Amino acid sequence: MPAVSKGDGMRGLAVFISDIRNCKSKEAEIKRINKELANIRSKFKGDKALDGYSKKKYVCKLLFIFLLGHDIDFGHMEAVNLLSSNKYTEKQIGYLFISVLVNSNSELIRLINNAIKNDLSSRNPTFMCLALHCIANVGSREMAEAFASEIPRILVAGDTMDSVKQSAALCLLRLYKTSPDLVLMGEWTSRVVHLLNDQHMGVVTAAISLITCLSQKNPDEFKTCVSLAVSRLSRIVSSASTDLQDYTYYFVPAPWLSCKLLRLLQCYPPPEDGAVKGRLVECLETILNKAQEPPKSKKVQHSNAKNAILFEAISLIIHYDSEPNLLVRACNQLGQFLQHRETNLRYLALESMCTLASSEFSHEAVKTHIETVINALKTERDVSVRQRAADLLYAMCDRSNAKQIVAEMLSYLETADYSIREEMVLKVAILAEKYAVDYSWYVDTILNLIRIAGDYVSEEVWYRVIQIVINRDDVQGYAAKTVFEALQAPACHENMVKVGGYILGEFGNLIAGDPRSSPLVQFNLLHSKFHLCSVPTRALLLSAYIKFINLFPETKATIQEVLRCDSQIRNSDVELQQRAVEYLKLSSIASTDVLATVLEEMPPFPERESSILAKLKKKKGPGAVSVTELEDSKREGGELNGGSDRGPDTAAMAASNASTPSPSADLLGIRSAPPVGAASTSAGSLLVDVFSEAGPTIPPAAVNDDGFLRDLEQPTETSDSLLVEGSGDSDSAPPSEDPAPPLSEADELLNKFVCKNNGVLFENQLLQIGIKSEYRQNLGRMYLFYGNKTSVQFANFTTTVSCPGDLQSQLNVQTKPVEPLVEGGAQIQQVLNIECLTDFSDAPLLNIKFRYGGALQNLTLKLPVTINKFFQPTEMSSHDFFQRWKQLSQPQQEAQKIFKANHGMDTEVLKAKLLGLGTALLDNVDPNPENYVCAGVIQTKSQQVGCLLRLEPNAQAQMYRLTLRCSKDSVSRRLCELLAQQF
Amino acid sequence: SLWIRFILIQNRAGKTRLAKWYMQFDDDEKQKLIEEVHAVVTVRDAKHTNFVEFRNFKIIYRRYAGLYFCICVDVTDNNLAYLEGIHNFVEVLNEYFHNVCELDLVFNFYKVYTVVDEMFLAGEIRETSQTKVLKQLLMLQSLE
Repeated sequence: MPAVSKGDGMRGLAVFISDIRNCKSKEAEIKRINKELANIRSKFKGDKALDGYSKKKYVCKLLFIFLLGHDIDFGHMEAVNLLSSNKYTEKQIGYLFISVLVNSNSELIRLINNAIKNDLSSRNPTFMCLALHCIANVGSREMAEAFASEIPRILVAGDTMDSVKQSAALCLLRLYKTSPDLVLMGEWTSRVVHLLNDQHMGVVTAAISLITCLSQKNPDEFKTCVSLAVSRLSRIVSSASTDLQDYTYYFVPAPWLSCKLLRLLQCYPPPEDGAVKGRLVECLETILNKAQEPPKSKKVQHSNAKNAILFEAISLIIHYDSEPNLLVRACNQLGQFLQHRETNLRYLALESMCTLASSEFSHEAVKTHIETVINALKTERDVSVRQRAADLLYAMCDRSNAKQIVAEMLSYLETADYSIREEMVLKVAILAEKYAVDYSWYVDTILNLIRIAGDYVSEEVWYRVIQIVINRDDVQGYAAKTVFEALQAPACHENMVKVGGYILGEFGNLIAGDPRSSPLVQFNLLHSKFHLCSVPTRALLLSAYIKFINLFPETKATIQEVLRCDSQIRNSDVELQQRAVEYLKLSSIASTDVLATVLEEMPPFPERESSILAKLKKKKGPGAVSVTELEDSKREGGELNGGSDRGPDTAAMAASNASTPSPSADLLGIRSAPPVGAASTSAGSLLVDVFSEAGPTIPPAAVNDDGFLRDLEQPTETSDSLLVEGSGDSDSAPPSEDPAPPLSEADELLNKFVCKNNGVLFENQLLQIGIKSEYRQNLGRMYLFYGNKTSVQFANFTTTVSCPGDLQSQLNVQTKPVEPLVEGGAQIQQVLNIECLTDFSDAPLLNIKFRYGGALQNLTLKLPVTINKFFQPTEMSSHDFFQRWKQLSQPQQEAQKIFKANHGMDTEVLKAKLLGLGTALLDNVDPNPENYVCAGVIQTKSQQVGCLLRLEPNAQAQMYRLTLRCSKDSVSRRLCELLAQQF
Repeated sequence: SLWIRFILIQNRAGKTRLAKWYMQFDDDEKQKLIEEVHAVVTVRDAKHTNFVEFRNFKIIYRRYAGLYFCICVDVTDNNLAYLEGIHNFVEVLNEYFHNVCELDLVFNFYKVYTVVDEMFLAGEIRETSQTKVLKQLLMLQSLE
């Protein structure tokens, strides 16, 4: 074996390193280094030409000095000279120096590239590898330009050595990451994919990384890799522990390659070919079986390698989310790990179970481990393990266990590590809102949250509790009573004072009948906190006081006295002073009527309503929807208000925390926008879109680079299954013949079709609905394809298209009934004729009902008929465009939105979308070439609406400004709404 | 796609024995990362996991005597595969340097880079067979 002695080969280097190590102080070290630098400089500048060995030694010393953290500003040329040496050791040091100290000095890059070029064509595998490693390590654009076309050739050439192929594959991967536009696989694709069959496992190991990366970008071109990967995996999994010799690691055959194969398969949906799929399922079963076998070695390396494969297999099973049997087995296996003595395994099991919790097939199985997980939260020593336990509790939470989980989280919060408190607080707040069965529980939970972890309760959380209390009159009295009690505590958190001040100011009258909480008692209680509070809170309290004067005339004198005192009306803070002065005058001069009008109860906050809630309200009239009715209603959205997008919404609010305006301005409604402003609306949809765009190719978690948001996102996809009845959910309503409310994701599905006319509108385990549509003038025709994905017949298959509300008079949709039977595996078609009578904002609803195995399926979608479908493109010159732009200058004619880019800002994609919109994309119109302008006329039966659009990307900020000007106000608004979701 | 962002070998005192970067960072950023990794890793003990969240990534690490071997990867990547990837690498170093110790890495720093490049390239695993890697290193050792 090659035992290497200290610094062999370069004595001078070893001596220098020893010297440095012997330096007693930083100063001594710097002195020694400066001496060496001077020495090397003089050698490099000297008249005597240095031999290769000396050059290598000095360059290596410079490298060492650089790695110690000192700047090096010379020696680059000598390093480049070493590249053309024909001695390996000299070349290696030259390449190493370049790789570590590269700077894009163009002069040198040319020389370096030249040397690399020579080595690549040297046919010497050692030199070729050195050159390839240098490219892979530096990976600059210049190198990609020089070598991107050469390397695929080396990779697939028949006479290339295996080790060179390994390096070439990964070198190409690096260039592809740096400059995807320069790496054109085209003709090489198939030969690269077939590297999966290579005899040399090292070549397969390296090539698979390249193939995985390319597959993610071009799944269709590389899809033949699926069957190759499956057969390779199958050979490895079924081999005996010693078959693979060099590639067996502690009795585990090729663990890293197995993981990579399983990872590659996660770029694709389950194989369509039955034989391939069968083989893969067999592999996954074998892997699960092996986990139950006695270990072949007691060494941790053995179990780690085995479990690395197991966890990757479980990720694939979760990715497919279609094999209930495997999902449940995976869950059971992880359940065993939850109690394992190895902390690593407990941690990974908690983490992996978190994703299993979001599958409808394994959600229930995950829930059975609740006690173990709660115990982990209480007893694990490693905070990161406790954090995973909290994540898992959050993910497994549903209506059945919400109270238990929220209670456990709250009690954990009392002792939780500071690092995770804020996140825990948000999770508790979201769960409390999402699964609130009664609002008094919700109010209690949030107030507890403030009491226990007030510092970590962000503004969004207490804004939210206020919004909900304002909006629900059934909880207002309870909220007033509870905050009143909470404020009795001698030391209560400032956030509690804020909530208390706001709620008593609005609803203190509801508890004023009790002498223990008479108006004056309430006021004194609040005012006892006043002087310890910050300016914004004091401002809020002043507003509460003026509200008190309106609610309780008997407090007027006391409060006026407070307002009148010097510390208020001469307060140095302008905000406080202004409020004190204005409120004092208002209360002295205004008549009771004026006062009552000005200080009226706050209007309800606008909810981002879920479609189900809107529908229920419409049915029963405003205000008639009680909590219990909502609770009993279909579980589509699951949540009481806001539908399934509530979770991300709140998360997004937290994300936009920094930009939230000061509450002091907000609470009296001085600012027009509600505290949860437009920013969170677009941020909320950003999250939604990220997930919908993820598609089958990328697991959701990989898309979102913000772990925190990801964690918060998961539960929105819990078992609120699309198959409400089919999934045998015990607390869902009995099958009803009424059309179901639209799916919570109906709007997202609709949004996908704004800029395109064809595609898959909807898909679940049973049914796929495809769409093809065409439009001309104010007419459209839409073909709907209903595919039965099961092998069982659908009976009583009916579809109903309806135009709710105003839409009835705006859109005319005609269709014929479909055949009531859809055989297993069959597809039926339905044609819709659409006529646009006048402009519209809502979408027609498509309800589908059928029986599958006795259970009634009932789902409602929004048909992607949007106003832009009736666009006629209009070409016009720059002059005309701006003239019309100016003509459409009434404020209502313009709608504008500034929002964050949701989908990257690639020019070609943007153009394609704008064209898909139906307008003409006008070149050379906007003076700023970065901007896009479009023009079109919307054709309706009653009128034509001219529309101009301008989209201004700000690549640096990753933001857009979208402006629409249309001859009709409602069209501007609707288009703006629709389009803001598209970019 | 998932790949290794960097590999660090540090001793308890925070001295870097190897830093291999697979992502562009400027020198200041590298120094900051090195310090942060040292801070999060050295406070952990044997009862803790070998994984720690780190910015938007995670560090998979293992301690051998006074040295911490750390690999920074995407949060969704396979923890145990990298944990054993580290061990595989350490076993190769141990063979190559014949009972490797910290000083071997100091005096032969330029050879350690060669070992790394044989086993990891472009942030991916290049070769996992210890036999193959050692055979190659032996061959390179024999070259002038």
